Amino acid sequence: MFPTPIQNRPLANQVSYQVLLPIALILWLLPLLAVMIFSIKPDVDFAKGNYWGLPSSFELFNNYGRVFFASDMPQYLLNSLFITVPTVIGAVALSSMTGFALGVYKFRGNLLIFFMFIAGNFVPFQILMVPVRDLTVNLNLYDTKLGLILFHIAFQTGFCTLFMRNFIRALPYSLIEAARVEGVAEWKIFLYIVLPLMKPAIAALSVLIFTFIWNDYFWAIVLTQGPDTQPVTAGITAFNSQYRAAYHMMSAGSIVAAIPPVFMFFLMQKHFIAGLTLGSVK
Amino acid sequence: MPSDSTGSPKFNNWYRRNEIAITPWLFLIPAVLFFATYVIVPIGQSFWISFHMWDGLGEKTFIGMGNYERLLGLGDQKMDRKFETSFWNNLKWLVLYLLAIPLGLFIALFLNQTVAGIRLYKSLFFFPFVISQVVVGLVFSWFYLPNDGLFDVLMSWFGIDIRGGVLGNPKTATYGIIAAGLWPQTAYCMILYLTGLNSVDPEQVEAGRLDGAKGFRMLWYVILPQLRPATFIAFVVTIIGALRSFDFIAVMTNGGPFGSTRVLSFFMFEESLSEFGFRMGYGAAIAVVLFFIMLGFIAYFLFQMWHDEKESR
Repeated sequence: MFPTPIQNRPLANQVSYQVLLPIALILWLLPLLAVMIFSIKPDVDFAKGNYWGLPSSFELFNNYGRVFFASDMPQYLLNSLFITVPTVIGAVALSSMTGFALGVYKFRGNLLIFFMFIAGNFVPFQILMVPVRDLTVNLNLYDTKLGLILFHIAFQTGFCTLFMRNFIRALPYSLIEAARVEGVAEWKIFLYIVLPLMKPAIAALSVLIFTFIWNDYFWAIVLTQGPDTQPVTAGITAFNSQYRAAYHMMSAGSIVAAIPPVFMFFLMQKHFIAGLTLGSVK
Repeated sequence: MPSDSTGSPKFNNWYRRNEIAITPWLFLIPAVLFFATYVIVPIGQSFWISFHMWDGLGEKTFIGMGNYERLLGLGDQKMDRKFETSFWNNLKWLVLYLLAIPLGLFIALFLNQTVAGIRLYKSLFFFPFVISQVVVGLVFSWFYLPNDGLFDVLMSWFGIDIRGGVLGNPKTATYGIIAAGLWPQTAYCMILYLTGLNSVDPEQVEAGRLDGAKGFRMLWYVILPQLRPATFIAFVVTIIGALRSFDFIAVMTNGGPFGSTRVLSFFMFEESLSEFGFRMGYGAAIAVVLFFIMLGFIAYFLFQMWHDEKESR
């Protein structure tokens, strides 16, 4: 193990490590802690210039209550949910199929198609922006959730295919051969043999895509406008203009907007990290 | 065996015989069509649109290289000042964003221990990556508030006063935004290295120790070579992240002050959906230039992956 386990070091080192850990963490999360403190402060603290001192009164319920009951925030959150969940389902479904096709079969153009998916993923969004916006407008899907969902599914399929295909290639191929010898139809091999084995990959991709799509801002402002369709990342700017310079409200709103992916992360941490670090070990 | 499909027996026979050759294509068609419509074809369309003057609604007017001449200052024109700023800022982003890799490695080495509660520490250090860039941007813009922001307060202890605050001063604004971007990116690199460190071969480490390798020499000659895959991925995601940087700039400064924080991706968006009428053609031309800048990196990444792929066959 590297570095040397702290247990094999002198006691003084062990103690200082234990002391250093929480200090480092607090410094690392300082900007976030500041916002959390902002979000429970009353209005008057900012007017008096008490930005960083203790809150003069505890306004957690008041501030967050206003976020939920006196703003468009709940609508934005719902929009985000209705955009994110179908995208996750669509991208995972499409990519488990492509992953199966590219991971199991040997045919001409296999690697080429695989690399087309990977390459599309690296492309800067901006080169897609004008044509995709135009396409969405022509399909009468501008400013609809569906328009945003369709694009997200298509784009995420690239990354998901890379992931699924590599995962399927690592599965024991003998399982598939055995089934073929038994005369099982190919689509049944996919459905009854490969798909059940892909559960960890599906879980990992689901949390990853959920986070990516929930946090998307660029496409949200390119393809939607207004509180009826915009997800929370875009809505937060409208929210902030409603509460201009009311830092306690803006902070509370930001925290609410950030919570769902954070919640997902802590819930499915193992899968999330497995997905994110795919390929970082040989 | 009962027939699965309702097709004619003749078709069924043909399908049966060619099943292994046909199935992959059946599985690929929906995704390939989708991906082609929304990703591959638009790349070509952007090239085409970049040769036109277009407001996004009416007819396109073909103007050949006109947009590029105006953008890059070809012929007797001067280079678009906004393009110049954006380009240099993109370079700053590229170079400084790479700091996330050594920083991430440093934190990973710091946290790669087995003491009580370390798992929670690791997750909390990783936390910034999970939050949307919009929220991170907002958080940092409050952190940087002139006079009242925590950063300005801390700086004043050292007697440093940045006029107009970090984000209000054209000299510091871009660096302030990059620092905000480094926060989640470092967390990402950290998690890549933590996973990598987990799979470092303990025997090689022991052998290194017996040979008297310690500290930095051990890291450089024994550990880092084993972390190569992690470093490669960290490099890929950081470069792409740097060139894609848009959210932070849109949220924190909206390109200001005086346009000093624009990067190509933001500049492109601004021109295409400009308040003074959409300039889609010009925007597409900027996107094409950005694409070519990225192409070098993309080609390198793909070549590496292709190489690994060939080896593993």
